[in-house]
Amino acid sequence: MTTTVLDPRIARFPFPFRDDSYRYSTNVEPARRFTPTEAGGWGDRVLDIDDEYRDELAQRAAILRRDPSRCTVLPHMRAAAWDTLLTLLRELAATHPQQMTLERDGARYRWRNQLLGTDQEFTYGGDASLPGGPLGFAGQQVQEDIVLLDQREGSLWADAGLVTFAADWSLGFDVGMRFLEVHGPVPRIHEERVITRAEQFLMRLQPGEEFRRTNWTMTVDRRLDASTETYPEWGRDRRLVVDDDRLPDRLHLRVEVQHLIRLAESGAVLFLIRTYLASLTELARIPGWRRRLGSVLAELPQDMTDYKGLTRYRDAAAHWLTEGWRYAP
Amino acid sequence: MSVDLSPTAVQAREAGLLLQVADAEPAAPGIRTLRLRSPDGAPLPSFPPGSHIVVDCGTRRNAYSLTGPGREPEFYSVSVLLRPDGDGGSDFLHRVRVGDLLGVSRPRSAFVPVATARRHLYVAGGIGITPLLSHVRAATEWGRPFELLYAHRPGAGAHTAELRELCGERLREFPGRAEFQRALEDAVRSQPLGTHLYVCGPAGLLDFVHAAAGRAGWPQERVHAERFSAALDPGEPFTASLAGTGARIPVPAGVSLLEALERAGTAVPHMCRQGVCGECRLRVVRGRPLHRDLYLSPEERAAGDAVMACVSRSHDEELELDL
Repeated sequence: MTTTVLDPRIARFPFPFRDDSYRYSTNVEPARRFTPTEAGGWGDRVLDIDDEYRDELAQRAAILRRDPSRCTVLPHMRAAAWDTLLTLLRELAATHPQQMTLERDGARYRWRNQLLGTDQEFTYGGDASLPGGPLGFAGQQVQEDIVLLDQREGSLWADAGLVTFAADWSLGFDVGMRFLEVHGPVPRIHEERVITRAEQFLMRLQPGEEFRRTNWTMTVDRRLDASTETYPEWGRDRRLVVDDDRLPDRLHLRVEVQHLIRLAESGAVLFLIRTYLASLTELARIPGWRRRLGSVLAELPQDMTDYKGLTRYRDAAAHWLTEGWRYAP
Repeated sequence: MSVDLSPTAVQAREAGLLLQVADAEPAAPGIRTLRLRSPDGAPLPSFPPGSHIVVDCGTRRNAYSLTGPGREPEFYSVSVLLRPDGDGGSDFLHRVRVGDLLGVSRPRSAFVPVATARRHLYVAGGIGITPLLSHVRAATEWGRPFELLYAHRPGAGAHTAELRELCGERLREFPGRAEFQRALEDAVRSQPLGTHLYVCGPAGLLDFVHAAAGRAGWPQERVHAERFSAALDPGEPFTASLAGTGARIPVPAGVSLLEALERAGTAVPHMCRQGVCGECRLRVVRGRPLHRDLYLSPEERAAGDAVMACVSRSHDEELELDL
């Protein structure tokens, strides 16, 4: 008998399916709950730093250099951006007290992060006191993408964000839109009131309250930046991968762990998106995951398949997960 | 960081704080300002302008606006007006002593500044100044244009020294009703487009401000009045009976149906515990559910054959469930 040591990435992968079929739901739950999976578990913390920390932050920095619009803060969101920075740094320091500290002296703060070799002082509210400003600097410390929602006129508005790892959407396009408008193209959710309920729920969050949900799609290769802006770079892979022998290695389940936090000082809603990728080959090492993802893909209604961009390869992926894996070398 | 995952621990974290009275000073005739701190000196949870806390006052729970700074504060400050004809809550807080411990909710927010406002017009009457103090503090810090009209009896204003220092020329105080009303009528007619108005004070003042703003053509969405929005109330006790086993499970006030079932050993699938995700839906066999969720549609509510166990309760003394 051989013992296989699981890759920590798989052991902590947030496998999202609770059933053999998938439909949209307002699947929110309190944050910080450890959720066991067949391979291990995930979810005991809000901010997740893993082995890809430095690599993903380097990717983010390169994307921002090419396209600074990935970090956008409408002027009325300055206070919320600072609130975000303080909230995230406090959270990091609480999760990694040996490596990270945040010290306060009035409006002056000093942030130290040994994992990155960062030692940065800043003045709260002084945008020029930090490289990248408050939101840009936050994005240099956490792997999560960040969206900030302002609440007014009985709605939530996506008025700021730092998003470099979007799955087929664009912060530049969505910024300034209502939460309901951002979700306009998603099929079924309007009939089923999923987003209306989510918005009402978010608007009721009290200062400091934290919830989370998962969402998923699929991506060809380990490509975090699958945003609308870079579609010409990745769009055709969705077609080409179908005839590629390496499909099980190239095709990845893409899971987002999204945290929804009412920022305590500014009252804005902080929406964090952490993206995890696992290939079909990796997933198939866990028998329950292989079977369940195979069933979910085979059963997924056509409109949802189209919206998620899985149309070209859905059948090939489902077939490999149910049958083809047996014949894999 | 260790994380306790039991539902009780989650509730304890969502529940309140136990704070110590650090000092207590008279702020104006009949008004006592209390500063509360964590017994271990740790910073308290931050809060947005206009927030309040609910304080356990003996047998009562009263809401008080937080008047101090909102970022990682060392103290929560509240100013309590003694109401001799009230229910005893303010009297209790006028008697607590330095060093006493008080049960306090986490800050609750229901009166935030509108971030997109071009300008803020604040209007306070008497003790109604308390929620506006934190607004003024934030407006000053972030350089937001504002002015404050404060009506109070001569010598009876609370926090006047602090306000004068924070606001300078932007504060106007009115000892008499007539001058205040004239100034307000002028103010609502002279604001630039995109101004938001925030008012807190006695009912008569609120009515006057709403009427004046209406006469000046203000859309209602730009006029904000402080009102305390309580948390979901504890509700009346009832009994859940299980059709399958015949078990009868009491659901006391302040305990959800979901919690009562869990304590009785009946697991119910659930996620959010907020009435939004739909996971804990149970079929009702008999009795009228008291719906408090966001999940069921109006038609489903009217049908009366389903209940969301995490937040909803029962109109009748007994609710029979298909369990």
